[in-house]
Amino acid sequence: MTFIPKPKVRHPSLPRNDLGLTRRDYEGVLSTLCAGCGHDSITAALTEAIWGLSLEPQNIAKLSGIGCSSKTTAYFVGGAHGFNSVHGRMPAIAMGANAANRKLSYIGVSGDGDTLSIGLGQFCHAIRRNLNMLYVIENNGVYGLTKGQFSASADIGTKAKKGEKNLQPPIDPVQLAMSLGASFVARSFSGDKRQLVPLIQAGLRHRGFALIDVLSPCVTFNDHEGSTKSYAYTREHYEPVVNADFVPLEREIVADYAEGESLPIVMHDGSRILLRKFAQDYDPTDRVAASAFIQARQKQGEFLTGLLYIDESQPEFHEVNGTPDAPLNSLPFAALSPGAQGLAKILSRYR
Amino acid sequence: MPALTAQDRVNDFVIKIATVNGTGSASANALLMKAIFRSGVPVMGKNYFPSNIQGLPTWYEIRVTRDAHTARSGRIDLMVAMNAETYGKDMREVDSGGYLIYDSTWPRPALLSREDITVLGVPLARLCNERFKGVRTRILMKNICYAGVLAALLDIDLERMRELLAETYAKKPQLADSNMEAVQLGYDYAKQHFNCPLPLRVAPLDRTAGHILIDGNTATGLGAMFAGATVGAWYPITPSTSVMDAYKAFCDKWRVDPETGRRNFAFIQAEDELAAIGMVLGASWNGARAFTATSGPGISLMNEFLGLGYYAEIPAVVFDVQRVGPSTGMPTRTQQCDLLSCAYASHGDTKHVCLYPASPEECFYFAIAAFDLAERLQTPVMVLSDLDIGMNDWMCPEFKWDDSYRPDRGKVLPLEEIVKLEKFYRYLDKDDDGIPYRTLPGVHPKAAYFTRGSGHTQYGAYTEDSAEYQIVVDRLLRKFGTAKTLVPKPVIEMADKRTDVAIVAAGSSDGAVREALVVLAGMGIPVNYLRVRAFPFNDEVERFLAEHRLVFVVEQNRDAQLRSLLTLETQVEKSRLRSLLHYSGLPISSSFIIEGVLTEVAPRPLRSVAPVHATGTPAE
Repeated sequence: MTFIPKPKVRHPSLPRNDLGLTRRDYEGVLSTLCAGCGHDSITAALTEAIWGLSLEPQNIAKLSGIGCSSKTTAYFVGGAHGFNSVHGRMPAIAMGANAANRKLSYIGVSGDGDTLSIGLGQFCHAIRRNLNMLYVIENNGVYGLTKGQFSASADIGTKAKKGEKNLQPPIDPVQLAMSLGASFVARSFSGDKRQLVPLIQAGLRHRGFALIDVLSPCVTFNDHEGSTKSYAYTREHYEPVVNADFVPLEREIVADYAEGESLPIVMHDGSRILLRKFAQDYDPTDRVAASAFIQARQKQGEFLTGLLYIDESQPEFHEVNGTPDAPLNSLPFAALSPGAQGLAKILSRYR
Repeated sequence: MPALTAQDRVNDFVIKIATVNGTGSASANALLMKAIFRSGVPVMGKNYFPSNIQGLPTWYEIRVTRDAHTARSGRIDLMVAMNAETYGKDMREVDSGGYLIYDSTWPRPALLSREDITVLGVPLARLCNERFKGVRTRILMKNICYAGVLAALLDIDLERMRELLAETYAKKPQLADSNMEAVQLGYDYAKQHFNCPLPLRVAPLDRTAGHILIDGNTATGLGAMFAGATVGAWYPITPSTSVMDAYKAFCDKWRVDPETGRRNFAFIQAEDELAAIGMVLGASWNGARAFTATSGPGISLMNEFLGLGYYAEIPAVVFDVQRVGPSTGMPTRTQQCDLLSCAYASHGDTKHVCLYPASPEECFYFAIAAFDLAERLQTPVMVLSDLDIGMNDWMCPEFKWDDSYRPDRGKVLPLEEIVKLEKFYRYLDKDDDGIPYRTLPGVHPKAAYFTRGSGHTQYGAYTEDSAEYQIVVDRLLRKFGTAKTLVPKPVIEMADKRTDVAIVAAGSSDGAVREALVVLAGMGIPVNYLRVRAFPFNDEVERFLAEHRLVFVVEQNRDAQLRSLLTLETQVEKSRLRSLLHYSGLPISSSFIIEGVLTEVAPRPLRSVAPVHATGTPAE
């Protein structure tokens, strides 16, 4: 990390979004992560994506658990409330917050330890409820703050910094989410900002639970020879299968895409994502076929990236619960309490 | 206790009904209890049921009490022994001079008989088998039938029963008819074969006007709706589940927009208690009134998040309906055993605001107070009732509602204040009361702050600096001092004569203590009484303790948890506090307290400091 504060001076020619805000307006405090950490690239991608969507900072809520990844919610959109909760329990905080105010954009940032070990249950249940949020896993296969233990996403045979080999099978968040019926499943790499930024934008526009598992190498504890989550290994083995281009509603007309190569998906708010497929026989709207494809490639040592599965038709939590469009935290007290007359009527049953 | 003559027993006796769970006896017992209540005679009902769905022994105790006592007396005058499996034990429990009714369709073991009680046989199964068809119907009707037998023996007005059945089965009149037929069957049999009524009997009074019969969990759920709670998240656990059932049922009726059909509340069945409290904190952080209901094992699981709520200063309301511990314990039996684990829940220096309701009536009012306190103090507030209050029907004065009530949302900065600020800092003590200002997401970017359970400065920034850390935790302690002035004050009842002996109790022990005070006064032993209603303890509690030489601390747990809290958090000398501990899992009785006090006071001078422990038998 650096100890030099970011200068407040802004160049007048910095590009501005629809709200007239620059990328700098979407930054947070300085990162305290190690130089070269994959997580910082993801923070940059999040900043870029949110700026690009022209989201109002105060209408974003940033949520996280505990760990290196969970610290990063402080590093973007300083104008949004952040909540660094307890280890593995961010989905519960997100569920409650979302129940109280369905109008905000919820961004959860978690890690492989936070999501796949201590928080595995809550992660699964957030998917089950199709909680409307973007859930980013910054996945590095290792516990950083406690100095290099394997996490549940470590591959069989991968080596720790001190040479120890992992012999237990990994929990793959992508396959897990697919099997649980997740409505938006993506995988990316912190080193591929061009792929990641539109994926984040699509995830934010998705109505329901949007999972992006981002391989994010740990430069201090897991970037050595023999690790399957190092920068070198990741670059060698990742294979984009479906890239997503996010097309906001207002720009739809000028979008230019070639028929056949691209698959347009209409999001709930009317905006579109264009899926560019690299493998002709891959169908990101067929859960069973997509799962089989991902597993087959994984067996060959490749991990597929991109928007791997999407289903815009699944109802999210509020549709199932039947809550009104207005946030519950904005309802007037008169709409909530039946008053003295109501009480008398209720109690007549107990006389 | 002195022997009572038959004429003393009008409107003052105890019925116990032994049945098998899952056979519909709950409806028969409710019918009996409510019919007596509607005759203007105060009643108390206690259900002793197994953690099971069908086939295990279950008991229901109805105390007919003209003086409106709310606790068990400790005696049984009339036993309805419907369960062959427990027949012997049930017979032994009846007090001398009492009555036992059994199903004489089958012979009962000759060995099991007592000379000092009157045994009445009614061929309930035979009567119902002859009249009704279908196995299930016959079993259900057999139980309704004993209600009819009791109506004849105790002189309960049949019209009251007819009226109640008509209300219960308003939408299925044929069920009201068949149930009434079963009542009549038992009634007629008893009239023909026995001298009705017995000396124990019900005579109409006018002592229930303005009162209702309601359980604490229903009252709690009702209170949560009236307080304006919009998010309820929970994991099912006995004996708290019916809090959420009640909240949802009331909201389904009163919170659904008639035009759109949309629900003005979110009801979330969580994956576990860890998630349930997390959802409550998330919703409260975001400006909704949110709550959960649980019991001891759930409190254990919620500890981590309760610590976060305390340190990050997020409101939350937790209803803990206590049951017997430790571990899984006895889920369908009552205790007051979470006093310490709630007061200091979570690791590190934490203290929580706790409220101790003593009746369903207080469950209702404290539910509302809990939301106001949680938002005013920006901290989790726990309301500790127990299975006895939560799941039994209590006679209470009708709840009142003041339409001018508005929720106290605490120090939440509105937009117009935020825009005027140079910069917002979350944890400053601007008003010198230990309570900082907070902002809600979605209002203005200037209001943004970072909520964290890690060390933070008064400005809301991460810190590992000793001085900065201490500024915040010291202010939290000052906030707890402010809480002292806001929580409900204790209820103090002074004896007619001067005394330096007192009883201190909390929650559901109240009814038994108040009855004991009357009896003790009658024996020439005046005792003052303070009922603690909240933690932290107010100055009134401190003063009361200081003013008494000998204080009996009555509570329903083994380890004297209330006494421990009092010694930890007040200046009282430990040696002046004597424990009367009742932890059998049954609700405490007045006789237990009277006996406990008598071992130390009156004829004998003060001697031992050893606590008096209750025995575990249901008949003590």
